[in-house]
Amino acid sequence: MSILVIAEHDNAELKGSTLNTVAAANAIGGDVHILVAGAGCGAVAEQAAKVAGVSKVLNADSAEYENQLAENVAPLIAKLASGYSHVLASATTNGKNILPRAAALLDVQQISDIAGVESADTFVRPIYAGNALATVQSSDSIKLITVRSTAFEAVAAEGGSAAVEAADATGDAGLSSFVSAELTKSDRPELTSAGIVISGGRGMQSGDNFAMLEKVADKLGAAVGASRAAVDAGYVPNDYQVGQTGKVVAPDLYIAVGISGAIQHLAGMKDSKYIVAINKDEDAPIFQVADYGLVADLFDAVPALEAELG
Amino acid sequence: MKVLVPIKRVIDANVQVRVKADQSGVELTNVKMAMNPFCEIAVEQAVRMKEAGTATEVVLVSVGNQSAQETLRAGLAMGADRGVHVQTDDDLEPLAVAKLLKAVVEKEEAGLVVLGKQAIDGDNNQTGQMLSALLGWSQGTFISEMELAGDTVKVTREVDGGLQKVDIKMPAILTVDLRLNEPRFASLPNIMKAKKKPIDAMSAADLGVDVAPRLKVLKVEEPAARAAGVKVANVAELVDKLKNEAKVI
Ligand SMILES: Cc1cc2nc3c(=O)[nH]c(=O)nc-3n(C[C@H](O)[C@H](O)[C@H](O)COP(=O)(O)OP(=O)(O)OC[C@H]3O[C@@H](n4cnc5c(N)ncnc54)[C@H](O)[C@@H]3O)c2cc1C
Ligand SMILES: Nc1ncnc2c1ncn2[C@@H]1O[C@H](COP(=O)(O)O)[C@@H](O)[C@H]1O
Repeated sequence: MSILVIAEHDNAELKGSTLNTVAAANAIGGDVHILVAGAGCGAVAEQAAKVAGVSKVLNADSAEYENQLAENVAPLIAKLASGYSHVLASATTNGKNILPRAAALLDVQQISDIAGVESADTFVRPIYAGNALATVQSSDSIKLITVRSTAFEAVAAEGGSAAVEAADATGDAGLSSFVSAELTKSDRPELTSAGIVISGGRGMQSGDNFAMLEKVADKLGAAVGASRAAVDAGYVPNDYQVGQTGKVVAPDLYIAVGISGAIQHLAGMKDSKYIVAINKDEDAPIFQVADYGLVADLFDAVPALEAELG
Repeated sequence: MKVLVPIKRVIDANVQVRVKADQSGVELTNVKMAMNPFCEIAVEQAVRMKEAGTATEVVLVSVGNQSAQETLRAGLAMGADRGVHVQTDDDLEPLAVAKLLKAVVEKEEAGLVVLGKQAIDGDNNQTGQMLSALLGWSQGTFISEMELAGDTVKVTREVDGGLQKVDIKMPAILTVDLRLNEPRFASLPNIMKAKKKPIDAMSAADLGVDVAPRLKVLKVEEPAARAAGVKVANVAELVDKLKNEAKVI
């Protein structure tokens, strides 16, 4: 068996989720190769070659892959897939955009967002916002899978010495063109890989009030997240959303502030090691999953927390 | 331009889902069902395009059992023109649904298909991308804004790092995210009117599509429950517990 892992990167840097996806590939077992498709992405291919346990890196370096447009990358994956038993991508917005397109080109039923590997053809995945776990067995000859990063511990970024091989480009499909990106800039850790996350909900009342959470975050080295209600209200950008239809996080510590604990929010954070809830409503459902609950007005509790952290 | 909107009937988002004792799936009897919330956003977008004069007709398609017709009626009450019901008693996989939708798109000669980004039952997030591949069309996924400009759709996509703007060529597939719009509530007169709108019924076989499953569900289980913890009296106690008991800060 050999497994192709699609690298997550921005042409300069290999993203951490790739390391979790390689871990899922190891759980399946077999030779693990990484595909780096991008433009001017040689440095990423070098980083991928160092990932522990990877035996080959395929580097498709061509202008049409610069912005990861699905119409251009999916045909490349479909072409390369014939040499593999499994093709894995991270269940990021990028993986979710591209891999189903490649799967349909191959006439394969993709398995989305796996959280466990039972065997080479059997996988566990959450459904219904994580209210149920389905164990599914695939009869497709090639398995296309997206991987939930938080369910697989990252392999080491260093230690490997894979050969880098150039892969032929498949051309521009001419269907779409990248215009611009507005990426949220932050010096804090990335939400999905941070060890501590502090999230705010509708109870925060405004975007300005998120400054209170940021101060605590900076003391703890934490990332800042949010509920859908806080994003919908425009307090913070969309990439802060934690939940069923946002990001899935599983830090050592998750602090939910002014968040009620709707099932869709819990879907994105209930695998955190420790959960703290700060909410003024003692009956808020978030307390049912919280290891430590503080019934308090957040406008008192959050500044007090910051002060207590010294 | 004709706009096609595939909609799925799912367990209502507010219902606490329960796994069946025999682990064969989740309990569906006597459970409140509704249109998938992302599909509502898709219908709303298409109806707005009709109101703006950019869409000539809005056609809804649902693949499912007889009750899918109720969901089609709900969408017709929001302002869509007619419905197509592809009948099946099986919960089909995204690839099979995409193949059926391809056949309907070709039959209807639609110029744009607007889907939800994700059905909240299977949480697959695949169908739109697969349909796009099968048709050889462009795809604008997870969109929070869209604008028609000649034979291009200018879309803003919600991505992990923030937002991304992409121009995609028509004919196109769009999958919608939560922030695209706020779906309207159907008014009583529109609900009455919707009862008279046509729904065309057909089977997978009528469309000549093989819908055989590729995945076998071996079991469906409840995830390990999290035990509720303790309430702390104040911030000092909280910080003490985090430092000395949990040892996470
Ligand atoms: C299809 C679909 C997908 C969804 N996806 C997601 C998702 O990915 N992520 C997500 O988060 N949600 C999602 N939702 C929304 C979800 O159902 C809830 O509506 C949302 O999570 C609520 O956000 P909230 O807890 O911030 O707001 P609310 O439910 O309004 O809760 C606010 C909380 O703040 C508390 N509060 C208010 N003021 C204070 C104060 N001064 N001090 C302390 N506490 C205070 C209140 O007691 C309350 O508990 C989705 C919904 C649907 C239908
Ligand atoms: N059975 C179905 N009938 C009609 N549309 C569907 C069906 N299943 C999925 N879709 C469409 O595909 C979108 C994404 O679903 P999924 O890929 O299952 O997460 C949904 O929001 C619908 O627009």
